[in-house]
Amino acid sequence: MTWENSAITITTFLPLVGALAIVCVPKQHDTLIRGLGIVVTGVALVLAAAIALDFDYGTDAIQYGLDVRWIDAIGARYHVGIDGIGLPLYVLTFLLTFLCAIYTWRFVPSPGRTKAFIALMLLLQTGMAGTFISFDLILFFVFWELVLVPMYFLIAIWGSTNREYAAIKFFLFTLFGSIAMLLGFLGMYFQGPDPHTFDMLQIQAYAQAGGFSNGFQLVAFGAVALGLAVKVPMWPLHTWLPDAHTEAPTIGSVLLAGIMLKMGTYGFIRIAIPLLPYGAQKYAPWIGLLSAIAIVYAALACLAQKDLKRLIAFSSVGHMGFVMLGIATLTEIGIQAAIFGMVAHGVITGMLFFCVGSIYDRYHTRQIAEIGGGMAQIMPKMGGIFAFVAIASLGLPGLAGFWGEVMSLLSAFSPNEAAGLDVGLFRIFMVMGGIGTVLTAGYFLWMLQRVNMGTLPEKWQGAGLHDIGSIEWLAWVPLLVLIVALGVFPRLVFGMTDEAVRTMAALLGG
Amino acid sequence: MTPVDYGAIAPAVIVAALVLVVLIADAFLPARAKWLAMPMSLAGVLAALVATLLLWGETRSTFGGHYVVDNFTVLFQAFFLAAAAVVLAVSLRYMNEGGFYQGEYYFLLLTSFLGCVVMPASRDLLMLFIALELVSAPGFLMAAFRKADIKGNEGGLKFFIIGVLSTAVMLYGMSMIIGLTGATRLDEVAAGLAALGGSARVLADASILFVVVGFAFKVSAVPFQFWAPDTYEGAPVPVAAFLAVASKAAGFAGLLQLMFVAFVTEYAFWVPMFAALSIMTMTVGNLVALKQTQLVRLLAYSGIAQAGYMLLPFALVGADAATNDQAFSAAVTYILIYGVMNLGAFAVATAVSRRHPRLFIADFAGLVKTAPVLAVGMTVFMVSLAGIPPTGGFWAKLIIFQAAIGRGGIGIALAVIMLVNSVISIVYYFAVPRAMIFEEPETDEALRPAWSLTAVVAAAMIALIVIFVIPNAFAELGDLATLNGVAAGG
Repeated sequence: MTWENSAITITTFLPLVGALAIVCVPKQHDTLIRGLGIVVTGVALVLAAAIALDFDYGTDAIQYGLDVRWIDAIGARYHVGIDGIGLPLYVLTFLLTFLCAIYTWRFVPSPGRTKAFIALMLLLQTGMAGTFISFDLILFFVFWELVLVPMYFLIAIWGSTNREYAAIKFFLFTLFGSIAMLLGFLGMYFQGPDPHTFDMLQIQAYAQAGGFSNGFQLVAFGAVALGLAVKVPMWPLHTWLPDAHTEAPTIGSVLLAGIMLKMGTYGFIRIAIPLLPYGAQKYAPWIGLLSAIAIVYAALACLAQKDLKRLIAFSSVGHMGFVMLGIATLTEIGIQAAIFGMVAHGVITGMLFFCVGSIYDRYHTRQIAEIGGGMAQIMPKMGGIFAFVAIASLGLPGLAGFWGEVMSLLSAFSPNEAAGLDVGLFRIFMVMGGIGTVLTAGYFLWMLQRVNMGTLPEKWQGAGLHDIGSIEWLAWVPLLVLIVALGVFPRLVFGMTDEAVRTMAALLGG
Repeated sequence: MTPVDYGAIAPAVIVAALVLVVLIADAFLPARAKWLAMPMSLAGVLAALVATLLLWGETRSTFGGHYVVDNFTVLFQAFFLAAAAVVLAVSLRYMNEGGFYQGEYYFLLLTSFLGCVVMPASRDLLMLFIALELVSAPGFLMAAFRKADIKGNEGGLKFFIIGVLSTAVMLYGMSMIIGLTGATRLDEVAAGLAALGGSARVLADASILFVVVGFAFKVSAVPFQFWAPDTYEGAPVPVAAFLAVASKAAGFAGLLQLMFVAFVTEYAFWVPMFAALSIMTMTVGNLVALKQTQLVRLLAYSGIAQAGYMLLPFALVGADAATNDQAFSAAVTYILIYGVMNLGAFAVATAVSRRHPRLFIADFAGLVKTAPVLAVGMTVFMVSLAGIPPTGGFWAKLIIFQAAIGRGGIGIALAVIMLVNSVISIVYYFAVPRAMIFEEPETDEALRPAWSLTAVVAAAMIALIVIFVIPNAFAELGDLATLNGVAAGG
């Protein structure tokens, strides 16, 4: 075992070990537990950063690879590694969870039970991180599913009023999709190279050599895409998301929006498209259509929301629509846009949910009408940050949200014709996306107007609404810095992804 | 006549001797010391377990090849004896406090387990029949052990009548097969069936149908399932655990041998039958389970649904030996893992029944506060039964999925149906953790289960997690059983 082949295994499973350690601490030691949460996620972040720093950005190769036997009986192997596509998401996972741990130092949602809360958060972290490093379909699936149970409990125990309904809805939707995905994986296993394997790279090589029949690819892509699409979520499978996001505790929403949704889009880029190229070409126009609908639909839905958190949740559906539209074009620029969009959305929407969580913590309501405006008067810093992040989210040039959206629209202008995509059709999608951006700007600005502006209602005067506290600053500053940094210096992400995406794009030629 | 291989039959002999010792000892024990029958039984069961494990890796046959010890046998015998130890551990306080005839109970329980132990080694129609009856007959009495309870009497009587009916049907089928083939040893039956032609073949198929129906009653497959919920509910909880796990697994152990060895040549006839049985069993079990409010009934219907999953691999049998091996392995693995998770669930139920004898799901409210180990254990068992990582139940389902999709054709349809069922099942499996974790208990007073019970729950919980982390060891068990077991038996 060297650092090279064990680094990501250690980093990925460190939170799990931390979770087990925390379980052993008696629950009276509340402070110790919170401290341990910060330490574990902090060390994991340092390790992840070390991996990123030591990463060779000049190659498309899979680095830190480890491929050992795992379950002979079903032919699954423990094959992990990381390349430019997985790396930004992997690092983002560790960053966001660390910030969540800091935030938890001060805010443990009702009904307390800090120990269980932090242990579940760490378990969730291992599941999410593992998804981005798996190069074996079964391993991928196991990590994918590992996320479900802790998230279910995070929503169902620490959520707000309607938590149990939201939690089980989230669980059933995702599980139904993921079992369909599993069937697709098994299909690839049996139709794939001889001897049968779950190894993504081997199946990819086989698929690129034309191994899978067209009919099989149509079926398998449908099954796999169904599982991924629920997670993304693509319209019209998104209905679990507003409920889950709205009911989840702040940390749950941040991680759900920040990382878990990306597991779906990542799956498209890593598995569905390169492993089933013919299926991808045939489904791409439909994915593009659903994405374009999602963008417009989500924006319209946002305009109708009365609940602040639900509004942000619906905005996620739209942003993920841009990501999926980029992917559907099957072009290098589209994939780049998608990955950038994922990272930017993770940072921005994660930050938005932090804001909404803190606003709720002050007002004890999420209803825009009850908040009634004037937040910028009583909490100028909070109002300012909230406005800044909302504007980043609507895609203002110079901030992180811009690049993903504009490149996604750009890629829709010239989709991959070699893959048989209809240019005219995708330009219609582009126009729909453009309308979506206008509407997005509309609902965010209107939201700011109703929350930040205006005069403070009397009931909030002297209600003890205190501005952003030190723990909040600690948790938020890294994200705020990233929002600006990614906006002015997009190479932070593109530098990581360039080589790997170029190689991947070569597989999409058709 | 070759001499009897006493080493090979040692586990069965030990259990048989134990049965007699417990019966006689009970007669001489004073009333307040009757519970001593339990440690005696436990010691004997553990001794038998050791005797079984010593046989691992060997292939020995005795009684003219009618009793065979191979890895399949050892695997199932070890499973049954471990299950016996668990049921005994769970029974002690329940039986001691409940005012039951303890000596008789342990005698009957061990007799049933004697049948279980003989079952996987039996490679002969008559032996299989005797083993199955040895499992069932004491079960009739134990099911009605709550004499003062009208539900206990009803359940016991139902079980008895249906059990006898199924036995009669099965015996009728077996007698015709013996008549047609002139053989009772399973491999000779297979050869005899293959040689049949014309109308005799039709008669043979009809006989197979009878035998399968008989076993379908035992494993509570739809439409022969309706005794199970009433019987489980009426029986003492440890007995329900025995019926749901050991008795069902014994039925499957017999069925596996019959279908994969004796009747395998006639697969074209019986495979569609199993496909239909499997689909009906899992679907009906799951749908009815959704409406249950009482835990034992919930577990009964869940057990029916699970039986449907276990029947699925039978419907994958065909001419291809590799596919058959995989189906066999999938069925064995599922049965064993099912046993672990279900025993755990019943152990928790036993503990809770001390405070809430009726065992409504609502009675589990707030268990995480009153008995955290049990609550966490129960959560793991339910998650595992639903087939979700990080638990052993996930691999169990995955292996069946894999076998089904690998078979192609009807296998894919069955896999999709099982998929839909698995998702449905989550709703009712999660109802239990939901009550335990999200609802407030009536009283904050700790439940304080017996230490043996807590140990059983903890062991089952750890086993399920370990199976998830290193499935290799367990999945290979199923494979080994395929290679040596069927090859040697057939």
